[in-house]
Amino acid sequence: MSFINYSSREINCKIVYYGPGLCGKTTNLQYVYAKTNPEAKGKMISLATETERTLFFDFLPLSLGEIRGFKTRFHLYTVPGQVFYDASRKLILKGVDGVVFVADSQIERMEANLESVENLRTNLAEQGYSLDRVPYVVQYNKRDLPNIATVDELRRLINPRSVPEFQAVAPTGVGVFDTLKSVAKLVLTELKKGGG
Amino acid sequence: MNSGLVMYEEEYRIISGICDRLTRDANAKVVFLVDKNGQLIAASGQAQNLDTTSLASLTAGNVAAMGGLAKLIGEKEFPNQFHEGERESLHMSIVGGRVVLVVIFDAKSSLGLVRLRVKKAGEELGRVFDQLAKKQATPGAQSPFAEITDDDIDNLFSQ
Repeated sequence: MSFINYSSREINCKIVYYGPGLCGKTTNLQYVYAKTNPEAKGKMISLATETERTLFFDFLPLSLGEIRGFKTRFHLYTVPGQVFYDASRKLILKGVDGVVFVADSQIERMEANLESVENLRTNLAEQGYSLDRVPYVVQYNKRDLPNIATVDELRRLINPRSVPEFQAVAPTGVGVFDTLKSVAKLVLTELKKGGG
Repeated sequence: MNSGLVMYEEEYRIISGICDRLTRDANAKVVFLVDKNGQLIAASGQAQNLDTTSLASLTAGNVAAMGGLAKLIGEKEFPNQFHEGERESLHMSIVGGRVVLVVIFDAKSSLGLVRLRVKKAGEELGRVFDQLAKKQATPGAQSPFAEITDDDIDNLFSQ
């Protein structure tokens, strides 16, 4: 749910990175944080366990520039991917403007990917959103690993609706900004339509 | 999709005024107002040294988590929360079901005073947000972004 402030001439939008445990959601945000100019970003917050698994969420505020005199700000969030943190995932989806699904390309994680997409669909529906209508892109991460599924297979399983999709290697940044730009663009286009 | 929050100059002035007055009346260090999705709406008092964006996001996370806990035990929500620190304390209060009023205070104030002043300010803020909701629901209140073009969006990503 975007927040448009006429007084400070700002527009704020919320983007959530979703996906199974250890698929690279936090790594996406860490790369964005590392490669963004200091003046365009705020502090990155990670609420994580002692073993650096996301416990509640990661948060990164990002300024993209101005549109017609309005500063555009994106708040990037990740959800905890592990199955048993479902209650937390639901909370983070509240007020979402756009979703990135980060899939783990490794063959042995296909079931976890599918389970996570279904979980996303269910949790969005509980908040009154439909995965078929919300601005949504898919990222096939870990393309550098040896035991990965082909993009065709991944598309068939995870992205039957053919939303924008990107191949990525999050630790080195391959595909990270392409994914972010794509979802940000979809969010702004949705706002233009007046649905945000 | 749910429609987003739109803040207009007039209401923003009223809201800032209420927050400023609450800061004074409650002897608070900082008062800020956050929407439940983590967007900062207004800040008053000694907020310049604080990372208000992070504060807003964590406030919303905290309120959401406590709301989840409330539902688990059969409560609708916990409308007021108090966290006591060694020097500074934090009071959070849900206003009109959609925004969170946060007061940070130290030994110069007290929980009783803060509670009392927050109650009054909360009622006033509730009325302003009702007014905002009505304004947004008025037929013909189109999206302020309706006029942007695809080129405007593309330009944002061209740098």
